[in-house]
Amino acid sequence: MKRKKDRGAKGNAPDAAERESSAAEHESCADELIQLLSEDGAARRRFLKQTLLAGGGLAAANLLFSYHARASAHTSAAADAAAAPSNKLSTIPVTLRVNGRDYPLQLEPQVMLLDALRERIGLTGSKKGCDRGQCGACTVLADGHRINSCLALAASYDGAEITTIEGLARGDELHPLQAAFIKHDGFQCGYCTPGQIMSAAGLLREGCPTGMTVRECMSGNICRCGAYNGILAAIEEVRGSKA
Amino acid sequence: MSNQTDTQTKIVGKPVPRKEGRAKVTGAARYIDDLRMDGMLYGATVRSAVPRGRIREIKFGAGLPWDEFVVVTAADIPGENCVALILLDQPYLVAKFINHAEEPILLLAHADKHLLEKARRAVTFDVEPLSPIFTLEESLAKKEIIWGEDNIFKSYQVNKGNVDEVWAQADFIIEGEYRTGAQEQLYIEPNGVIAVANADAGVTVWGSMQCPYYVHKALLKLFALPEEKIRVIQTETGGGFGGKEEYPSMIAGHAALLSWKAGGRPVKIIYDRAEDMVATTKRHPSRTRHRTAVNKDGKLLGMEIEFVIDGGAYATLSSVVLSRGTIHAAGPYNCPNVRINAHAVATNVPPHGAFRGFGAPQSIFALERHLDKVAQVVGLSPAEFRRRNFIHEGETTATGQVIREPVDMEGLLARAFELTDYQAKRERFARANEGRSLKRGIGFASFMHGAGFTGSGEVYLQSIVGAEAGADGRVRLLAASTEIGQGTNTIFAQIAADALQIDFDLIEVAQPDTSNVPNSGPTVASRTTMIVGKLVESAALGLKQTLQNSGLLKANYTTDDWRAACRRHVEQFGLLKSFSQYKPPPGINWDEGKYQGDAYGAYAWAVYVAEVTVDMLTYEARVEDFVALQEVGKVVHPVLAAGQIEGGVAQAIGFTLYENVVWSEGRMLNNQMTNYIIPTSADIPPIRVYFEEQPYAYGPAGAKGIGELPMDGGAPAILNAIEHATGVAFNHVPLLPEALMQALNQTA
Repeated sequence: MKRKKDRGAKGNAPDAAERESSAAEHESCADELIQLLSEDGAARRRFLKQTLLAGGGLAAANLLFSYHARASAHTSAAADAAAAPSNKLSTIPVTLRVNGRDYPLQLEPQVMLLDALRERIGLTGSKKGCDRGQCGACTVLADGHRINSCLALAASYDGAEITTIEGLARGDELHPLQAAFIKHDGFQCGYCTPGQIMSAAGLLREGCPTGMTVRECMSGNICRCGAYNGILAAIEEVRGSKA
Repeated sequence: MSNQTDTQTKIVGKPVPRKEGRAKVTGAARYIDDLRMDGMLYGATVRSAVPRGRIREIKFGAGLPWDEFVVVTAADIPGENCVALILLDQPYLVAKFINHAEEPILLLAHADKHLLEKARRAVTFDVEPLSPIFTLEESLAKKEIIWGEDNIFKSYQVNKGNVDEVWAQADFIIEGEYRTGAQEQLYIEPNGVIAVANADAGVTVWGSMQCPYYVHKALLKLFALPEEKIRVIQTETGGGFGGKEEYPSMIAGHAALLSWKAGGRPVKIIYDRAEDMVATTKRHPSRTRHRTAVNKDGKLLGMEIEFVIDGGAYATLSSVVLSRGTIHAAGPYNCPNVRINAHAVATNVPPHGAFRGFGAPQSIFALERHLDKVAQVVGLSPAEFRRRNFIHEGETTATGQVIREPVDMEGLLARAFELTDYQAKRERFARANEGRSLKRGIGFASFMHGAGFTGSGEVYLQSIVGAEAGADGRVRLLAASTEIGQGTNTIFAQIAADALQIDFDLIEVAQPDTSNVPNSGPTVASRTTMIVGKLVESAALGLKQTLQNSGLLKANYTTDDWRAACRRHVEQFGLLKSFSQYKPPPGINWDEGKYQGDAYGAYAWAVYVAEVTVDMLTYEARVEDFVALQEVGKVVHPVLAAGQIEGGVAQAIGFTLYENVVWSEGRMLNNQMTNYIIPTSADIPPIRVYFEEQPYAYGPAGAKGIGELPMDGGAPAILNAIEHATGVAFNHVPLLPEALMQALNQTA
């Protein structure tokens, strides 16, 4: 159930009205589906609702199905545990392969990849800007594809090759994108920067689809400082030198 | 290290790499949520669901192990229950009366984040509802009195000449009303802090913030402790834009109260994005009314302006936001008679606060839209009308400030037009738009922005900066001014390196920590480079002077000589330190009572030109080209400066075309990044930035402030362009496709 970043969703930024009307259409459906879920945790319900509202499509439906199964399992387990107050799920073994190193972990099934990276492994370079897949600050590469790690279940990435911002440089030698971001001042506050750079790294590998610009292909990574001109200049420089 | 710097190559003006650049591109930079401490608890805030009411009872839901939780209410506050800022009206926690939705009432802490979230939802309040008011009209009409005696936080009146006498002589009298909406700062790093607090050790707070000493001042009152028992440390900050000016005092106090109750265990509070958007400050919504008298030659005779901003439920910074908006309301024009009446009013919504521009984008939007209308009525082009009224050196602003620096608005206008081919496009688009579904337009705004605190603000602040040199010749700058992405660290190092004629890499900037750095004032108001930078320059010069006076350093020296002198000084006398305190430039006078005089030490001057297309099928307006031309004194760092302008313009484009806060019962409904839309890379045109440099005598190396300026001109320039494209005058922002559709259908 690996989710690859939906290029279409990343590339086409629908206008406000369009996004809102599509959200409204999905809402009743979302509510119904959410009813199916037990008290698995407010955060997960919120996430599911987000995913559905954002029009996540098939990927979201698959996820939901899987959640449903897990949530049901959990409900009975929790009932057995006679109202254990912390409502903890049992853990499962997951080995995350991050920046070339294996991290064998025991994770609750609902732990997101971003939280596993930041809180279990201690790689805090990937940032949590929204926790809903809306800002892109948490972007990492999974088997070379850029994903929002806040929307990715860690357990689903068992064995996948994860690359985070910490894994990009080779020792003291910066990755060309990192060097280009410095050269073109492709950031100000730096908080979205790890996500921007990882997204750019994924884009370089994917290539820009015909008819789309780098501007569009990077539109899933929001920079409130507005350093877009620098970000695009940095990416274009590295793209140019690779071509 | 070489003696290359002996050549006295200036570093000011050069695009040196950012000091913290490497840490930010490798993921090594540590923001508050990247830090954790042993035994740390997580904190959460339980907030009001209603906009106004009286709390009767707090209820804790069944099925949760409440004895495991740290629970804090207003009754647990050791000092005063108020967030000390300008007034003392805002509580840290509601004791009885709720004044806005999402107001904090109770705090919880627990080691398990998930359980904490469950508990947060299980606390409910039995509230006796009171009638709320939500709009500035309801507040002005005193539908309910919710603050003070009249709902008015602050009023100003500015008088120049006698505007009452001009109406009779005027050939034209033109009126208009203009509105701007709330805007969320939406820094990508949400608000967050970690606090450790107990009676023995005092209170220490680490966090994302713009103004460590604001937090320090607020905690002093909250805990009633001596100054040295409170310590505030800024961690790497993921954007602020004003949104982390006053709010960190609130969240810092909350975390510290929880830690205090927990006997000093560290407590971390990080806001979820939805909480940050719904509960924290936004840009003040505004309404501006203009009445303008003009003669047949197109000369301004009089301007009467009423400027009202919605401050939300508590006073916070509204009086100062109002002040800046008021002073900028009459713009860079020479008008003999001006009266401005301004009010900041209370409503039952979360308090509005600082956001880049601080009132000026609101009043400048109104003026620059209004002057296009005035020009039309008078029968002149928008450019020609402004040319006949631009202010010049020796003339006076609305507050009677005599402009003593050279100012050339005509020159800026001419250059901006040349850069955009404005005149030709103005004519060509008008001809070509007929019958087309994609209509093009071009428009501009001319404006100024005062740098530094308003009026006597800088005198009251008495900012101090320190510099110290170690035995290895390295210089550490001590200031509370924060790096929040705008380049403080780099710019201070450039200024100090040039002042000392030593290598840029020898300069470092200390982490803002109230136990180690003096109070150089808040990081706001476009003051960091111009005001604090000047103090950095003089503190650095103090080091040099000490070494030279003690005979350790000769008049001409190399970096090696500098190191040797520092080493000898440290051996003989210990660490070398120098401090510098703010003194106003000569001839600055401000009358706070009459609101007359020198409102700002210096102004940046600008002309921004926007080119738009309006799609008559989708009613989407897009900015296709944007030229930002400004005179900002000496540009200290061309790349960082351009970045400031590009970023401000991007936020202004959002303010104008995308960012709409949807309110319901005093609460933001669309508190997510999928339905509160900010510009992405695909929405922003290439922003073309140009500087004119007219060195300012009292700025470091001649620099003036620039941070807020680029927020001011975008909205009116874009709406002026949309009027050019469509023939319809829109007088409010945000201007969404819905509003375009409605208006354009009506005229069709």
